Amino acid sequence: MKQAYDFAREAFFAPTGLSEQHLEQVFSQLLTKDTTLADLYFQSARYESWGLEEGIIKSGSYSIEQGVGVRSVCGEQTGFAYSGEITLPALLESAKAARAISRAGQSGSVNAWTVRTPQRPLYGMDDPLNSLSEDDKISFLRQIDSIARATSPYVQQVMANMVAVHEIILVVDETGRMTADVRPLVRANVSVIVERNGQTESATAGGGGRFNLDFFLNGNKAQEYAEEAVRKALINLDAEAAPAGNMTVVLGNGWPGVLLHEAIGHGLEGDFNRKGTSAFAGRIGEQVAAKGITVVDDGTLEQRRGSLSVDDEGTQTQCTTLIEDGILKGYLFDRQNATLMGTQSTGNGRRQSYANLPMPRMTNTYMRAGEYDPAEIIASVDKGIYAVNFSGGQVDITSGKFVFSASEAYQIENGKLGKPLKNATLIGNGPDVLTRVSMVGNDLQLDTGIGVCGKDGQSVPVGVGQPTLRVDGLTVGGTATA
Amino acid sequence: MIELENRFDIATEFQAMAEHVLAAAKAKGATAAELDLDKGTGLSVEVRMGQVDKLQYHRDQGINLTVYFGHRKGYASTGDFSPPALADTLDAACRIARYTSEDAFNGLADAERMATEFPKLDLYHPWELDADMAIDMALQTEAVAREHDARITNSEGASVDSYAGMSLYANSHGFMGINHSTRHSLSCSVVAQEGESMQRDYWYSVSRVPSLLESADSVGAEAAQRTVRRLNARSLSTREAPVLFVPQMARGLIGQLVSAISGSSQYRKASFLLNSMGQQAFPDFVQLREDPFIRQALGSRSYDAEGVATQARDIVKDGIIQGYFLGSYSARKLGMQSTGSASGASNLLLADTGKSFPDLLAEMGTGLMVTELIGNGINGITGDYSRGAVGYWVENGMIVHPVEEVTIAGNLKDMFKGIVAIGDDVDERGSIRTGSILIDKMTIAGQ
Repeated sequence: MKQAYDFAREAFFAPTGLSEQHLEQVFSQLLTKDTTLADLYFQSARYESWGLEEGIIKSGSYSIEQGVGVRSVCGEQTGFAYSGEITLPALLESAKAARAISRAGQSGSVNAWTVRTPQRPLYGMDDPLNSLSEDDKISFLRQIDSIARATSPYVQQVMANMVAVHEIILVVDETGRMTADVRPLVRANVSVIVERNGQTESATAGGGGRFNLDFFLNGNKAQEYAEEAVRKALINLDAEAAPAGNMTVVLGNGWPGVLLHEAIGHGLEGDFNRKGTSAFAGRIGEQVAAKGITVVDDGTLEQRRGSLSVDDEGTQTQCTTLIEDGILKGYLFDRQNATLMGTQSTGNGRRQSYANLPMPRMTNTYMRAGEYDPAEIIASVDKGIYAVNFSGGQVDITSGKFVFSASEAYQIENGKLGKPLKNATLIGNGPDVLTRVSMVGNDLQLDTGIGVCGKDGQSVPVGVGQPTLRVDGLTVGGTATA
Repeated sequence: MIELENRFDIATEFQAMAEHVLAAAKAKGATAAELDLDKGTGLSVEVRMGQVDKLQYHRDQGINLTVYFGHRKGYASTGDFSPPALADTLDAACRIARYTSEDAFNGLADAERMATEFPKLDLYHPWELDADMAIDMALQTEAVAREHDARITNSEGASVDSYAGMSLYANSHGFMGINHSTRHSLSCSVVAQEGESMQRDYWYSVSRVPSLLESADSVGAEAAQRTVRRLNARSLSTREAPVLFVPQMARGLIGQLVSAISGSSQYRKASFLLNSMGQQAFPDFVQLREDPFIRQALGSRSYDAEGVATQARDIVKDGIIQGYFLGSYSARKLGMQSTGSASGASNLLLADTGKSFPDLLAEMGTGLMVTELIGNGINGITGDYSRGAVGYWVENGMIVHPVEEVTIAGNLKDMFKGIVAIGDDVDERGSIRTGSILIDKMTIAGQ
């Protein structure tokens, strides 16, 4: 069977005439006696997307992104250069520029290469762009449109899109390791606008992962996404102003796990902790969550959007325990920050593309299930809100304050769900929010495969998940103060 | 020096490449085509805790190509300028166009709207900078910040960036425009600690002209002051109060206006200011102008992403919306004319109401001054607004204490109408130039 490395050779060496000998030349140019790590990151990614709006296929696009990034690290210091051209002169020029981070002269070489194949590929290597005919891609989008419009007469606009990416990467590092990975990624989204009596609302739904586009057809996803988007938009038409103030909040399972991503995950990334700028710095071993709470970052889930067989430094991904039974256990590391903190990479070194430096990033971050029935959790609340869908969040790593914005929420009164509430932002403090979790549901679920995480201007696909949670005291940023 | 070497040769090469691709598109049966070609080079230096942290060299290039077969269109892009890659990209765009739908509103912008005058905007000022000079400047900035106050205990570093680029836009009307531009910045972010409270803040300077950047000393000192003053921030009880957006945050409010009166929000009926042309959206003292011709400014351009001539114009006059931001597609959908806004708004200038920042604090009396906002809790269709805020509680016009872990909420329609005053403390960085904005009332949620 064709291995990932065979794809990489075809993409990067066959058309350019590059050979292992050339790579030796590049590393001779790149290495100095101060170099602690160095790598070349070859990337070739093809993107295709189709967009439907107003019942017609309004847009289609195809793009190729290809290049190589060259990095030299001396302790805390990093030199980096990249080129969209994969040629020996461009590699040598980038290597010379990246080496300038060291005051020392050229020294060192790599003479032996080991090709490493991902131990356990988590996804197939087929090209998702070719996994459906263009007619099938388009008819999927048209199906979303007709289902959404048939679901409710109030639907005014339907925007649907489908994106497929096929990416081949090859990481060549200073130890002579050559690690390749072939990564499919697909996603479909629908966004609807509904209007009733002059009042307008919108909602979105979608999903995806590291597989082929036939996932959407076989699973009848057109119907699922269209109906879900319309359902959420119609609920928002009936929504009342959300309350303002501190109250009990029940978070639904699945996508509301964006709470963990913002409140906990970013603050546990190794770079912020190595630098001591995170609110979680130096707190390993401390209680940061209620007993019984376990949170992990797991890059090894098959076919998930946030998963990687190997990270962008060629390290095999793993399931890293961040919080175990309420106690802070570990951080997320790339190679550089792990080395500086005297530990091993956790396989979280990720980058947006060859033109960006890798840094510690999350993969799929979720909380393990507890014992409560979700219905029991809602029934336990006298007065509060139940928030089941979110439109994203943000965190201030240093102060620990995070926000995430609810796009579907309900009142809870006397243990019963009440009226839907308008968009409200929830705000809290990362290091203590989980200490106020008093009930954890038995209904762990991961999101549908739509997450994008931004850090330092770089976007990467991620996953989140959690069971239903009861949080005793979170600030809800509505407008109703009564 | 960070400069595109041989940029006039590259321009000649780009022109030839553009003509070749447009001709090849025609040969493939395309009835019209347009493309842009970009190339840039840059240097970024980051220092942290008194030593170099990152040294990065940037070198980017790309082509974006759109072909039209009648009213069907296809788009493709690549970073590879080799003839086979360009041919593949054209094929891909043509393939895409076979499957997109007929859409009568598709097409190039109207030929008679193409820019014919190219006033000198003075956007290209390469910096006589090498890595060592950039490192020294960043080190100086960070050192000033760290030495500014004993409570500055840590740093996220200081950085110097310089970028020089060029872009060409051409279409099959025969329009071709070339722009050369530079962009330089200096920034610093430090961390202060006192007891349990740890805070970070930052400051930056950005300009197309290196000599117009704020000094290292000034950026460092400002970053330090802004960080230290956030220490020991606390939440507030839930209440309603006036809110003063400092210029950096006020810019976001103008950004929300732009989005609400952009063509795509209007034709999709996805705007809280739907059909607002000619309507009173602000108090009658609010005046907002668009001026694409300010020399050396970040948003300046004489033509947009479709080659359409840009224009200086009123966006809001006496509180009334005077115009939308339209590219040719949304203009046709709305039965209007392109406003030369296919690349978005150019430079926007909000007129002040003759008040200084201290005047605004005094006028607010008691309320929240907002210096940072986090989260994306803005619904562009309904105008509902709810975001995490950081700032200062003000009583009787005096700052009482720093504030964090609160949200501010309201509706943008009410917030716009509730503008009480606009300060003369204009932040001239960026393409939206505004002073502080005082809003009569919002809901603050806290502990």
